[in-house]
Amino acid sequence: MTDFFSLYLWPGLIILAQSVLFLVVLLVLIAYILLADRKIWAAVQMRRGPNVVGPFGLFQSFADLLKFALKEPIIPASSDKPVFLLAPLVAVTLALATFAVIPVAQGWVIADINIGILFVFAISSLEVYGVIMGGWASNSKYAFLGALRSAAQMVSYEVSIGFVIVTVLLCVGSLNLSEIVLAQTTGLGTMLGLPATFLDWHWLGLFPMFVVFFISALAETNRPPFDLPEAESELVAGYMVEYSATPYMMFMLGEYAAITLMCCLTTILFLGGWLPPFDFAPFTWVPGFIWFVIKGGLVFFMFAMVKAFVPRYRYDQLMRLGWKVFLPISLGMVVLTALVVQTFGWGAAA
Amino acid sequence: MSALAQTVRSLFLIEFVQAFGLALRYFFAPKATVNYPFEKGPVSPRFRGEHALRRYPNGQERCIACKLCEAICPAQAITIEAGPRQNDGTRRTVRYDIDMVKCIYCGFCQEACPVDAIVEGPNFEFATETREELYYDKEKLLANGDRWEREIARNIALDAPYR
Repeated sequence: MTDFFSLYLWPGLIILAQSVLFLVVLLVLIAYILLADRKIWAAVQMRRGPNVVGPFGLFQSFADLLKFALKEPIIPASSDKPVFLLAPLVAVTLALATFAVIPVAQGWVIADINIGILFVFAISSLEVYGVIMGGWASNSKYAFLGALRSAAQMVSYEVSIGFVIVTVLLCVGSLNLSEIVLAQTTGLGTMLGLPATFLDWHWLGLFPMFVVFFISALAETNRPPFDLPEAESELVAGYMVEYSATPYMMFMLGEYAAITLMCCLTTILFLGGWLPPFDFAPFTWVPGFIWFVIKGGLVFFMFAMVKAFVPRYRYDQLMRLGWKVFLPISLGMVVLTALVVQTFGWGAAA
Repeated sequence: MSALAQTVRSLFLIEFVQAFGLALRYFFAPKATVNYPFEKGPVSPRFRGEHALRRYPNGQERCIACKLCEAICPAQAITIEAGPRQNDGTRRTVRYDIDMVKCIYCGFCQEACPVDAIVEGPNFEFATETREELYYDKEKLLANGDRWEREIARNIALDAPYR
């Protein structure tokens, strides 16, 4: 009996408490990411953005949450009701589940599994099911077209994201996300005899891959300029067109959780995770968690800016970019990286 | 442009970097918007907003129930019933209704009025939660007139030289 308590129950409770704490912090962060998105978009268009609820509109997301929660959810009569209601749940659960393996600082990770990156890749691939289920169960032309587009788009860009991740793995030699971060303490900068700085991180060593990953992340999360699944101009709101109130909010939450995840992944894979930009005094005093949030925030700033200044792609352009540009580039880089690692003994092979 | 130059431009995302710079410039540019509920843009003296029935300075209603506004109203939003006033038997309105939902804010009623009784004031913030609240009766219109008299009188004075 004591064995049961000390081996299973107690660790289980600790993991549960950790998860709850992490989820609360994450959801508050997502609320502010949503606000930041609107504010940045507004600023580029010389507007003010939400500024009435709370100082500088800081409570806008919570007001929206309240509004969504209090409104009446409308379920179309011809929809497939169980699937219709399950879809947003699937979307939000899968988007939040991935964060279990994201290390936000040295040792600050809920599940430090050694195939972390594979777990992230697998779960984020499943996210397309939320979209397809929503589009199918709505029993509406627009929702269905949006879901079809979304499925094709997410599948196409996952291929290049996969190859980008392979190049990183070739340099690191581990699938564990914490080890991917720690591998970035040495790199191009230290090879030149410099102390450990931001030059060691993968963004410089694997530069074209950094850009390919960023753009693929935009497509993967259905962000503008690749927001064809919900293209307002022709599909009204794509797969979300029949959703209202809380189910709609859950789709929104899932979408922004996926965006946050992509920011975290970019930070971990290319921007050195929680590592300080310079490995000496004033910078090492700042806790790793803060560095992680700052870097993730910078990546998100780019996400939001791209939304503001890039026009939407046409569907065939999107597919051309995915299959005819990104796939060859990333495939070529995998071969090139493998060659360099094997020949010069850099990276993991050494 | 040659194909090579085009390739280089797209490969190094030249145009994206330029667009990013431009977007950043606008990001820090002063806001072009009016912070609406807290600050408002200027309104012309001729602005045709919410209706009001005016009074003379001694408190007597201006309206003489001539029904010219009712006749000219293209949306037929105005309904008037006339009757003798109790103290001196002059003709006055018993009922003066405007259906603000029908009204197209053309200002014909104001132009037709011989005594400047019905006017369209500068107020444009009279949204309501129910449709019924937009069926204005005489009481509501007179209350509007009392409330906006200063602005209405100033606007009429400002517009007078152009009539």
